[in-house]
Formats: sequence, structure tokens, C-alpha cells
Amino acid sequence: MDMPIPDAKIIAKKASVVERLQAVLPLNAVIHEDRQVKAYECDALVAYKCPPLCAVLPTSTAEVAAVLRVCHEMGVPVVPRGSGTSLAGGALPTADCVILGVARLNGVIETNYDDRFIRVQSGRTNLSVTGAVEANGFFYAPDPSSQLACAIAGNIAMNSGGAHCLKYGVTTNNLLGVTMVMMDGTITEIGGAHMGAAGLDLLGLICGSEGQLGVVTEATLRILPKPEGARPVLMGFDDNEVAGACVADIIKAGVLPVAIEFMDRPCIEATEKFANAGYPMCEALLIVEVEGSEAEIDEQLGMILKIARKHKPVELREAKDADEAARIWLGRKSAFGAMGQINDYMCLDGTIPVSSLPLVLRRIGELSKQYGLGVGNVFHAGDGNMHPLILYDANKPGDLELCEAMGADILKLCVEVGGCLTGEHGVGIEKRDLMNVQFAPSDLEAQMAVKDVFDPAWLLNPAKVFPLGASETRRIAAK
Amino acid sequence: MTPKTETELAAAIAAATGPLHITGGGTRPIGNPVRGTTLSTAKLNGIILYEPGALTMVVQAGTPVADIEKALAKENQRLAFEPMDHRPLLGTKGTPTIGGIVAANVSGPRRVAVGACRDHMLGVRFVDGRGTIIKNGGRVMKNVTGYDLVKLLSGSYGTLGVLSEVSLKVLPRPDCSATITTAIDDDSRAVAAMSAALGSPFEVTGASHDPATGQTHLRIEGFAGSVAYRSDKMSALMAPFGIVRVTDNTQDSEAIWVAIRDVTAFADQQGDVWRLSLKPSDAHGVVAGLSKMGALYDWGGGLVWVLTTAGHNLRAELGDASGHATLIRASAETRAALPAFHPENATVTALSAGLRAKFDPRAILNSGVMG
Repeated sequence: MDMPIPDAKIIAKKASVVERLQAVLPLNAVIHEDRQVKAYECDALVAYKCPPLCAVLPTSTAEVAAVLRVCHEMGVPVVPRGSGTSLAGGALPTADCVILGVARLNGVIETNYDDRFIRVQSGRTNLSVTGAVEANGFFYAPDPSSQLACAIAGNIAMNSGGAHCLKYGVTTNNLLGVTMVMMDGTITEIGGAHMGAAGLDLLGLICGSEGQLGVVTEATLRILPKPEGARPVLMGFDDNEVAGACVADIIKAGVLPVAIEFMDRPCIEATEKFANAGYPMCEALLIVEVEGSEAEIDEQLGMILKIARKHKPVELREAKDADEAARIWLGRKSAFGAMGQINDYMCLDGTIPVSSLPLVLRRIGELSKQYGLGVGNVFHAGDGNMHPLILYDANKPGDLELCEAMGADILKLCVEVGGCLTGEHGVGIEKRDLMNVQFAPSDLEAQMAVKDVFDPAWLLNPAKVFPLGASETRRIAAK
Repeated sequence: MTPKTETELAAAIAAATGPLHITGGGTRPIGNPVRGTTLSTAKLNGIILYEPGALTMVVQAGTPVADIEKALAKENQRLAFEPMDHRPLLGTKGTPTIGGIVAANVSGPRRVAVGACRDHMLGVRFVDGRGTIIKNGGRVMKNVTGYDLVKLLSGSYGTLGVLSEVSLKVLPRPDCSATITTAIDDDSRAVAAMSAALGSPFEVTGASHDPATGQTHLRIEGFAGSVAYRSDKMSALMAPFGIVRVTDNTQDSEAIWVAIRDVTAFADQQGDVWRLSLKPSDAHGVVAGLSKMGALYDWGGGLVWVLTTAGHNLRAELGDASGHATLIRASAETRAALPAFHPENATVTALSAGLRAKFDPRAILNSGVMG
């Protein structure tokens, strides 16, 4: 994965950049010593590392604005960072950039149960947003797997999803307003506790813009009353195709489960060894969860089980109590860890129309043989968001490149069947050079024109999202 | 001009020498008056793809909403954001199109539970002010590939581009609907009742209050057993607020919400109509301070429709309440004098102007409609 050649002139003036940042920030908020900046050299896409020029950890919106003003004046690129859990390299630094971490902005500003919102600083972790409201019977719906660690700032940047978005939507559907700092240091409010925009929907544009349009420091989030209860059911099938057909039939019947998760045989085998959840050994496994009162859950699960039986499952397991429900989820929740026990892996997140599921799984199996790399599939089947995990050995020369080539083939396949490169992880650097597969030059031009408006000097996270070749003239012209 | 294909649409825009007035079915003349040659998308008509098992539909922008709803009904599905039909309120004729709904981000009472039109938009194809065809998003539920121009185009009233195709998330149509109506005289107690309902786990999909009749309506939808159970729960929750009546016949319940959706209460009354988006708990306080002839609460108080005397500047009475006011119905003179859309802060105004200049550098697409 190429990154632009760092600007030697900026690296040469590191001392003055650090000095000016120190002048506008509290004592320990500028991290600049070589051994310390190493902590910011990568995010969760650990295959790529590069220590930044320095990192700053401001504690207020005003300090974020001061940092951006300094960097804007000095022409220094800024890479915003939430908790650094991006799987796409969204927070990967360049040697000539300042990492702007929002980790110290982690407070709750307001909770309002009558109007059903919470306002938080953007460095607050996803799970602790729910933590702040659950005693009052509420929760924040988007639930990415990294929710224990990931920050709301990163969730907004990547428009994060999760297992339950079939019913509750992703970040953009649960975001009401933000305080955002523009690259030139201007602080602006967009949206608020009310619904809808007065004019153009800039909030919808900012969400998912990968930290390229501004730095969000506060967010107003929709909170929802917790359902009375939830219960999962586990189904095993002898054939991927049959499992896929079962998913489509459940959706067509008018039941809208909160989650439909899918695991294939390699993944089931790995998780069984790792977590010992007691899963049946079969070709495909579905976990379907519904919500409501006991009686409502019975009614919905009754319909779902009736549909499932028509597809001749090898196993049907309904959770009788909380303990059994936890066991059903155990394997799914430890799937990534289990695959990591076997080897290094690369996690993709292409999304496909649900109807293409059998074809795509078959083709992934063929690619696995062709490349000689193992693949496990675990994903959100209700919305077609796949998570193929390609196994490789990071210590074996050439294996990463082989894995990336296979990943690219899988993502091209996703686009070919009418899907997209990324459903919830973002483009970052990982899928940047594949954007041409999904978009025509004029499509990318329209998106880059948006960045021109928000960040004319192309200083915010400039080497991400767009193929380097496509963004080059802009990045150079801005210097 | 009524192009029949996206290519013809692009050619028409590229060749335009002056301002264009973009229209679908022409049933929603919302916004500041627009001059220019009429460019209609009405002939970009047809459903391109419908996969009920994937809850997705792709249609050409000029497709009549009625055609879409008919196709969905056959599979027991629907547009969950419940788009309003503006014809009764605005006294317009014509055939509402999906492109018009998306361009105005039209969302009905269920918006409080399932989100707005923009939340059900999966992808767009459009032609910008230079005549360039641009696509964004796609036809899958989860998609973060590149910037979300789908949201940006939704509610942009044709000012950034002319929609040629949209792809939508559709949802199952529930078997049953019930409405729980509580007699509440006081607006502030009505909003409190709606907040209690929307803060309960019983999945209320509509919360509206009509001060004229002193009735607060709550909607429950789903399978029969579930609707009966939740109606009972909701009746118990509402009992402290006033006398409760349940409409458990699905057809009767749905009729109540069509009237709320289309604001039919103001349809035959003289005067201007404003649409206020507010923080629900601010709503009754704001409404109490307005010079008005009527008000109607929806979205649990998050949306208030207000009827005023012709030419009255309601916006001047809002104070510093968080939210915004849109002038929906008024005479041509009033619309020329009062901006239809609420003024925004300087940064947002500059960003919006910057985006328009990029997407429509000649300022020919519905120029000035949003201010």
C-alpha cells in the first residue's frame, strides 16, 4: 500500500511545529519524542505503520480549534484519531502529519430522556454512551464489535454499523447533531436536538467522511428505550445456499429480526476449538435474534422456526434462558479471536445484495483454493454485510501481498454482483485504490469536490479514501 | 423539457442556456419562487429492480409513488417513512413522483420511529449542473464506500443535481395497526404523554396531538397478538393523562394517520402553513408564544404544523429555540417576501453555497429555491 512521500520541509520544521502546538495546549498534551509517538504509528490495520511528526491530545473544542489553526497556518497535514480501532487504516499517520487524538474529550454533556438524546464529547467510547443511559432503561443502538474501545468520533467518521442495524440503522441514522471544527479552526454547530436539517443535509455528508471534512468534538445522539427482552435462536444447515434462502424467506415473511448472523464451516470449526460454544458441525450456521415481551418473542420465533424447518435444518436450538442465549452468542462474538488463533488475518467488509449470497460464498471458496489461503466467513446476513477473514502469515515474505490480492478479488466480486467495497469499516487506505472499481472518475470527482469545499488545502487526512492518483493534483496544488 | 432517459436528461442540462425549473409531478411547490424553463422528470418512469427478500427497490426518479406503493403492497411491503401527500394541503393536482419525495426529503408520522426519507435511501444517480451523470451509494443496506452524497441529495430540492434514479430500503407491512387516543386538553401534558410513550419499550410508530380536539394519538403496529399486548400496555401508561380510547380496527387506525400525515385539518382553512422542527420538550412553550390560528403536533412534539394569517412572519416569534421553521404554504407575494427555509449559521451557509457552486457552477438548477 503506497503512501505519499512525506514533505521534507515539514519534517525539517518539526521543532517549530511542536513549539507552536505546545503554546496553545496544556503541558502534557503534545507528544513528540520518538519513542512516545510510536504509540500512534498505526491503528487496528497493524500491517501498516508510520510514526507521525507528533501527536496532540486536546481537552476541549477550543483547544482542537487552536491546534487546527496552527496546522492550517503552517501547512501541516492532520490525521484525526478516535480510539485507533480502524480496520481500514483510517487513522494511519504519515511522517509529516500531526495526529489529533480526541481521547481526552470523553465526557457526557447532557442526557435528556424526555427528548431521547444524549450529548457527548466525541472521544467517549461507544459502549460507555449506553453505559451512561442504561440505568434509565435506554441504550445507544449502533454496536460495532469494537464497541468497548472505539470512540464516537471514529464511529461518525466511518459511519459505523454493528450486528443490530437491520432494525436500528447505522450511525448516520442515530446522529442528530455535531459540533465540528473546520481545518481553519472555525467552530460550527450542525444539527441539534431537533430532527432534520433546515437546509442541505450536511450532517449526513459529514457522517462517514473519514475525518476528511472536519473534526467532530461533540455529538448529539439518539437514544432508544431498551426492549423488554431479546432471545436468539441458532440454526444449522448442510448447505450455504439453503441458509441464504432461509434468510430471504424470514425477511419476506414480514418478521424483522434485530440480528441475523451467519458463519460458515471454517469459522464454526475455528470458534469451536477456541470458545467451545457447542455449535453443531455443519456448512452454515445462522443466529437469529428477535426482541419484545416473552409472548411477542414466542410469536416471532414461532414464525421463524416454521420457516427454518421448511429448509431442513440439521440443528435448531432456541435459548431457554439467559445462559443459553449467551452460549449461542459466545461463538459468534469470539469468531475474530478464534480466527486470530490460527494465523494472522485480514478482515474484509464488502456488502452484497442478499440474493447473491450463495454465488459469492461459492466464488470465495474457489478463490481460497486458487490463492492457497484459508478463509472463514462470518457476517451480518440480514443486510448482506460480509466479513470474510483471510488467513495469512505475516512472517512469511509475500504472504501479505498474496492476501491483499485475494482480498481485492473478493471485493471486486462484491461490486460485480451489485454490492460495495465496504459496509461499515470505511475505505481508509485499505480499499482506497479499489475505489475505481466501484466508481467512475466523475463519481469520485463529485466526492473530491466536497472535500475542496470543506478543506480547500487538503490538509485533513489527505491520503485516504481516494486513489492517490485521483487526488494527487489536488494534494499537490494545495501545497 | 421532459427527457425520457438519463442520457437525454444529461444532454438537456448540458445544453441549457438559462435557469431550469426542475419538477417531478409538480405537487409540492415548496420553497422560494423559481424562474426558468421547466425540466420534468415525469418520463423517467419505471421500477428497475425489486427484491422483496433483500428489502430493496431501484426506481427511476419520475416513477409515480402510487405505482411503487402498488408493487410493494403485492409483496406485503411498504415505504416505511410514510411520505406525505401534499396535494390536499397545497391544493395541487398531478401525480406525486418518488424523485419529488426524495428531493424534498418528505417523511410522515413514522419518521419518529424509523427515520426520514433520507434514512431509507440507499443510492442515487443524478445529473449535476454541468450535465455530468454521477452515481453514489448503491443498493445494499450498509455502505460506507466514499462520501454519502445520497444524504446530501435527499432534501436538496434539485439544487445540486437532478435525480434520475433512486434506490430505496423498503420494509414489511405489518398485519395490524391500532391507535390509542387519549383526551388531553393541555399541550404541555400532551407532549409529556407522548414522551412517556416514545420512551417506553412498546415501539410506538406515531405520536401526534391535535389541540383543536384535545386528542393525543399513539400508533402501535405489528402482528395481531403483539399489537393487542402493546395496546393494553400503552392504554395503562396513558390512563393517568386522560380518558383512553383504542381504535383496534386496522383500517380505521390507518385512516387516522393518513389525516395526520397529510395535515388535512388545515387543508380547507385559509392562511399560511408553517412547519416547525423543534426539540419536543420545547414545542408547547414555543407554540404558546406564536400568533396562530391553529397548531398540530407530530413526531411526539418534534414537528409542529402551524396555521397563521397570510403574510405573518412566524419565524420572528421563535426566539432562540433550537430548531427551524419552513414556510410550506403561502401566497406568491408572501413567498417572495419571506424566505421559505430557515436561515442557518454563517459557516453552514458558506459550506452550502460552496457545495452548490461545485455541483451547479452556472446556478441553473432550481436556483434560489432554498435561498
